[in-house]
Amino acid sequence: MADALFVHRLHFAFTITFHYIFPQLTMGLALLIFIMKSIALRTGEARWNQAAKFWGRIFGISFALGVVTGIPMEFQFGTNWSAFSKLAGGVIGQTLAMEGVFSFFLESSFLGLFLFGEKRLGPRLHWLSSMMMFIGSWLSGYLIVATDAWMQHPVGYAIEANGSFALTSFWALILNPWALAQYAHTMLGAVQTGCFVMAAVGAFYLLSQQHTDFGKLFLRVAIIVGVIAAMAQLSPTGDIQGRMVATHQPPTLAGMEGLFQSEPGAPLAILGQPDMEKRRLDNPINIPYALSFLTYRVWTAEVKGLDAFPKNEESDNIPLLYFSYHIMVGLGTIFVAILLLAAFKLFRGTLYTSRATLWILMLAFPFPFIANTAGWITAEVGRQPWLIYGLMRTSAGVSKQVSAGNAWFTLLGFCGLYVVLSVLFLFLIYREIDEGPAGHNSAPGTPTQPQPAPAD
Amino acid sequence: METIWFALVALMIAMYVVLDGFDIGAGIVHLWIAHTDAERRAVIGSIGPVWDGNEVWLIAGGGVLYFAFPALYASSFAGFYLPLMMVLWLLILRGTSVEFRSHVASPIWAAFWDVVFCMSSVLLAVFFGAALGNVIRGVPLDANGIFFEPLWTNFLPGANPGILDWYTILVGVAALAALTMHGGLWVVLKTSGDVSARASRIVGQVWWLVVLMTIAITTASFKLQPQLALGLRARPWGFVFPVLAVAGLLGVFWFERQRDELKAFLASCAYILGMLTSAATGLYPYVLPAATNPAYGLTVYSAHGPEHGLRVGLVWWIIGMALATGYAVFTYRRFAGKVAVSSDAEGEGY
Repeated sequence: MADALFVHRLHFAFTITFHYIFPQLTMGLALLIFIMKSIALRTGEARWNQAAKFWGRIFGISFALGVVTGIPMEFQFGTNWSAFSKLAGGVIGQTLAMEGVFSFFLESSFLGLFLFGEKRLGPRLHWLSSMMMFIGSWLSGYLIVATDAWMQHPVGYAIEANGSFALTSFWALILNPWALAQYAHTMLGAVQTGCFVMAAVGAFYLLSQQHTDFGKLFLRVAIIVGVIAAMAQLSPTGDIQGRMVATHQPPTLAGMEGLFQSEPGAPLAILGQPDMEKRRLDNPINIPYALSFLTYRVWTAEVKGLDAFPKNEESDNIPLLYFSYHIMVGLGTIFVAILLLAAFKLFRGTLYTSRATLWILMLAFPFPFIANTAGWITAEVGRQPWLIYGLMRTSAGVSKQVSAGNAWFTLLGFCGLYVVLSVLFLFLIYREIDEGPAGHNSAPGTPTQPQPAPAD
Repeated sequence: METIWFALVALMIAMYVVLDGFDIGAGIVHLWIAHTDAERRAVIGSIGPVWDGNEVWLIAGGGVLYFAFPALYASSFAGFYLPLMMVLWLLILRGTSVEFRSHVASPIWAAFWDVVFCMSSVLLAVFFGAALGNVIRGVPLDANGIFFEPLWTNFLPGANPGILDWYTILVGVAALAALTMHGGLWVVLKTSGDVSARASRIVGQVWWLVVLMTIAITTASFKLQPQLALGLRARPWGFVFPVLAVAGLLGVFWFERQRDELKAFLASCAYILGMLTSAATGLYPYVLPAATNPAYGLTVYSAHGPEHGLRVGLVWWIIGMALATGYAVFTYRRFAGKVAVSSDAEGEGY
């Protein structure tokens, strides 16, 4: 059974990791497109509109992939995690169903209007549809984060006689403090993905000397929004999220930080590899007292290490937890540095001619995807061995009736299919970027132009 | 409360089948009715702006099923593991083919996606039909309400069935025929000239097959699942649903003759709704009958979620669906008139 459990976990991990490439981009771009449409509406300048349309096409391709890779996520709750779903569906089914009812109808209606309806809608309503897309995708993000937050920090429930979880307070579920903190942190991450992608295209245009007007415009929007998001990502949201983990999941914090022994005035490990046999960090580079201060705001406070908890309550993959957390924080810090540098040069008016900075911006775009993914791995591996923290173990939630062989079969199927989707995605996005924002006359992102009706 | 949710979930699933059914149907007839690139773009263009909105009904319906009947969701999704995963693959392939076909102006590119679009549509229709067949026939539930079906065993319904047996294949073929007709009527309605004429011809031929298959699956279903007859006898008002199905089917024939394209399409919607609601009414209170011991079957009473959640859910469900109707009306009014592709689709859509 342990074997099947592993495959089911890998199945979900793989499909959700691939899926989240697209929503983080579309949620980030939704904000940026809305900003561009707002400027276009205010100034009446056509280039802002063209820029928004260009990113609307990229949004459309990414959104389509987000939709088709998202349906498997909802299904897998039932197919691979049926024991969990049977007991917890009455609670987390709420937020998942609300996502469908409240965000997807909204998004699908207004994405169609945004992509096909500019002439028909006029500037105000077209701006409105960009706002609705923004609201829809960010609402969808909230409901998913709230679902995960309940698994991280269950609230507003009661356990019934048959062992199932019953909702007792709708508002406790929706306003779970964990959800609020995690949402702010997640969305800022998505905004940075959008900003880095937009900045990379802008830098590419300037360096290759094509569409340079648009290149400058993209850089300006992306860097101004990005620098704010990157700083808020570390503090306050990262800080709040970290202390949330410290309060409610102390063994997770110890695993993330690689703190094997409890100690007062605990150091913050910047580097070092967890050695699980010897229960220590190899060749650590530490900042003395920093972990105690960041966690409790007291330099000498005692932070509990892994030795303070029973072994069956610590994450079953501490090296992965430790590294994904360190990759996330490390990259987040580098993003602040890159964006501050770029913002400084933008402010001084030297960014557009600074080839080194443009090169960095052009090559940096994959890293926010990595940082966001690492952040989610931290959250989900950190929650282990629990599926619902403190209440249900992951091993208790799996579909026992689905054998390892069947799970391998479908996992490999998804691997093959997603390789094809990745190639197609990169190919189509490259074509859009190559074609550029100006003078794109063919049909927008999604299908062929609607045909005129024969009658009526 | 659980009966209300049974009706709402059934409504959402039926909406999904009627709506995504026409774009799946358009995919089934795609290669046969559209020959040139312009014609094929017309067919895909007729569903392009609406297909993902139609698929939202699957996601939203699935989500509502999840929270209202967690035990049913858990049992059926894990038990139908293999076909559901294949449905997901087909949905992915189909979605990408609709979205990506227009992005590159190359005949090779377009031809590839046309075939993917058509094949995935055909297989989806058969799979959805077979899934419905499995639910009606009953599945090998154990005392804990758990089962797992391989793709096939000996192709016979019984205590140890597979996903595919002669009966579920029969329902799969019936679904293929019905969606061919449904999608064909959509294309007749939304396009003009040769494409519309060819679609109309296919509808004319496949209509006879739909009649034949309807008789076949009805006979077989009543034979295999005694609950259907019991359910209908217990609720005589439920006969309005089979009557709706028959009227819809006759309506398709009549309005096709009259060249009243819109009414013919609506009649086809009525036929599909009638068939699905007949099955739901017949099975009620069962939501997943057992092929092993009837007592193991899942009912609305045994599978529903906790009470408070269901009451809260009713509030947001009504608000959410009212909002969704609002967007649909807004979209419909904006697109009313010239670009009929979008306007009518939204009109049917919600």
